[in-house]
Amino acid sequence: MGIESKLGNLGIVTTSLEKAVGWSRTRAMWPLLSGLACCAIEMMAAQAPDYDLSRFGMELMRASPRQSDLLIVAGRVSRKMAPVLRRLYDQMPEPKWVIAMGDCCSCGGIFNNYAIVPGVDEVMPVDVYIAGCPPRPEGLIHGILTLHDKVMAEKLA
Amino acid sequence: MLEAQMEVTVDELKGLVSQRAIDGETMILNMGPQHPSTHGVLRLLLELDGETVVSCVPDIGFLHTGIEKNMEAKTYEKALVMTDRMDYLNNLGNNLCYCLAIETLVELDVPPRAQMVRVLLTELTRIASHLVWLGTHALDLAAMSVFLYTWREREILLDIFELCSGQRMMTSYFRPGGLWRDLPSGFEEAVQQFIDLFPARIEEYENLLTENPLYIDRTKGIGVISSEQALGIGLTGPNLRATGLPFDLRKTRPYSGYEQFDFEVPTASNGDTYDRYVVRMEEMRQSLRIVQQALVQLPEGPFRSDNRKFVPPPRSELGHSMEAVIHHFKLWTEGFSAPKGAVYIPVESPRGVLGCYLVGDGGPMPQRVHFRTPSFANLQALPMLAKGHLVADLVAIISSLDPILGDVDR
Amino acid sequence: MLDSFEFRDQFTVVLQPDAIVDACKFLRQRDFDLLIALTTADHWPEEPRFEIVYQLYSTQADVLLGLSVFLDGEEPAIPSIDAIYPNANWHEREVFDMFGIDFTGSSDLRRIIMPHDWEGHPLRKDYPLGYEEVQFTFNFDEIDRRKKYAKD
Repeated sequence: MGIESKLGNLGIVTTSLEKAVGWSRTRAMWPLLSGLACCAIEMMAAQAPDYDLSRFGMELMRASPRQSDLLIVAGRVSRKMAPVLRRLYDQMPEPKWVIAMGDCCSCGGIFNNYAIVPGVDEVMPVDVYIAGCPPRPEGLIHGILTLHDKVMAEKLA
Repeated sequence: MLEAQMEVTVDELKGLVSQRAIDGETMILNMGPQHPSTHGVLRLLLELDGETVVSCVPDIGFLHTGIEKNMEAKTYEKALVMTDRMDYLNNLGNNLCYCLAIETLVELDVPPRAQMVRVLLTELTRIASHLVWLGTHALDLAAMSVFLYTWREREILLDIFELCSGQRMMTSYFRPGGLWRDLPSGFEEAVQQFIDLFPARIEEYENLLTENPLYIDRTKGIGVISSEQALGIGLTGPNLRATGLPFDLRKTRPYSGYEQFDFEVPTASNGDTYDRYVVRMEEMRQSLRIVQQALVQLPEGPFRSDNRKFVPPPRSELGHSMEAVIHHFKLWTEGFSAPKGAVYIPVESPRGVLGCYLVGDGGPMPQRVHFRTPSFANLQALPMLAKGHLVADLVAIISSLDPILGDVDR
Repeated sequence: MLDSFEFRDQFTVVLQPDAIVDACKFLRQRDFDLLIALTTADHWPEEPRFEIVYQLYSTQADVLLGLSVFLDGEEPAIPSIDAIYPNANWHEREVFDMFGIDFTGSSDLRRIIMPHDWEGHPLRKDYPLGYEEVQFTFNFDEIDRRKKYAKD
């Protein structure tokens, strides 16, 4: 991102900058409202008061991909839907991350047939996979925190 | 596969939209599969004259999972797991429909305790489904507090389901012949707690919405349909009851012991969005009545049929009975076989008539399973309901029809 | 009418394909006001291959009647009933999409569930399930090399 990566490793300046950038990226990550199937209901339950997602900075889910930086693919990806998801992913600006929530988008889930894409990682690169059918809201939160750790550890140069 | 096939040529549109759109007088807008207000991945091709909808063409299939074909490749009991995922807010209802179809096909008896527990849990699922409907419906009309409140109640119900089966949503708790396991201790207290607190919560929602002038303005007179039109287009469930026809399969064609319960079928007269809301709120109260009666009348006894040709023996029996081991082996390796023949079992899901058409061919795997899902039939009415309304009203109409795209596409 | 039988307390009448429109008109007048299901079973490799099943229901009298029509595998076609029961339209589109049965005279016959340029009719018995080999630990690397992951 800009001049910092071109300057290379400047020792403590770069590491503090990395920490600051990582911290700010994780604390207000806005997900795209892209619930597909049953996992979307658990995603909504995670947004609801009992397992609040807004304490992690995800107060609202943006409807427009241009304004979001996290794509939580929640639910089964059918062959008709795959180009649509790819288009949504392409429309998101950098930096962006993808969480594959649930078994169906991680690996095809319990469905092994002509209609389901076996794993959304055939369509877009995925950062975190969350297992479960559907994963509990705590599972989604654990996945989000894992993503936060991953983003905090990202290097600039 | 990944090349976007979303561009539609003018020729394809010719049959779908009116000539005015092709001339350029009206605008064609794609309300795409990813949209905050379509309940799932539903794509609508709207022809708009300014802000008014001239015609609306639904494009479904974005959640097609091939469940019906996949069930033909699994044994009867393994295929049950897939039924949870069809209408993913009415998991136990789908299980019930499929189990009733299997039991009718192989003529398997279900003990009375299992029947009553099935009714109890199905009604709790109905309440949970209506709570999600209420939350998302209010959210679409920008009444966000109702969304946060209904999910709070739903968590209590999901805790009850988790107590029974270990899973919050996809429980697969009903099996052919009865239940998977007996009810755990603590179940009755949990349900009683819910029964005690829920009526006050329904009052809370009604205070927020029913007399609210903003809500009334947005829903009265929107999406009106008459009973004859509704029956002709295949609309069932609360949508049909809101037009005045008191058609409920739990009353006209009772299954699984529903005839023992005393409850009413709420109807309304206008057939608009407000009436659909009123009918569903009252249905939640009636479901609570059924749950109360079921909890009081719960009989003791076995929780699953003991016909060992179809139901596996309990593990304690395997230690000392050779016959039990043989039955267990047969059921675990090959699965039970159903005779040749077809049955069609309709039940009442929170969205309408859910029917299972099951064809057996003498083998352990079904020859054909087809689910007549209510949301597929209800969504067909959308073009008729949406004509002449504004786009904002279209959002209210879609959410009042309560489509679940997993149900529509299977 | 060719045949009628009762199985598990459910009544089914078997008809000739061209008799279906008249039968539905007759039954509509007799108070069967809801077409509750329209589906098909594929009995491949037996002939006649396709069995189209209509379930008609009378809401006032609580009577469920099944109509069954058998069609051959080559160029299966049957008149459409969506002039009598408007909700038949989507069901017929789904049967056309999944089985390839042509409903003549239908007001709108397009693919409804599969993408509009999909080839083949998925629920036929000779259409493959599309089963993908499951990746366990013993064949993990081998499948990992073959599987097409998306590059960014």
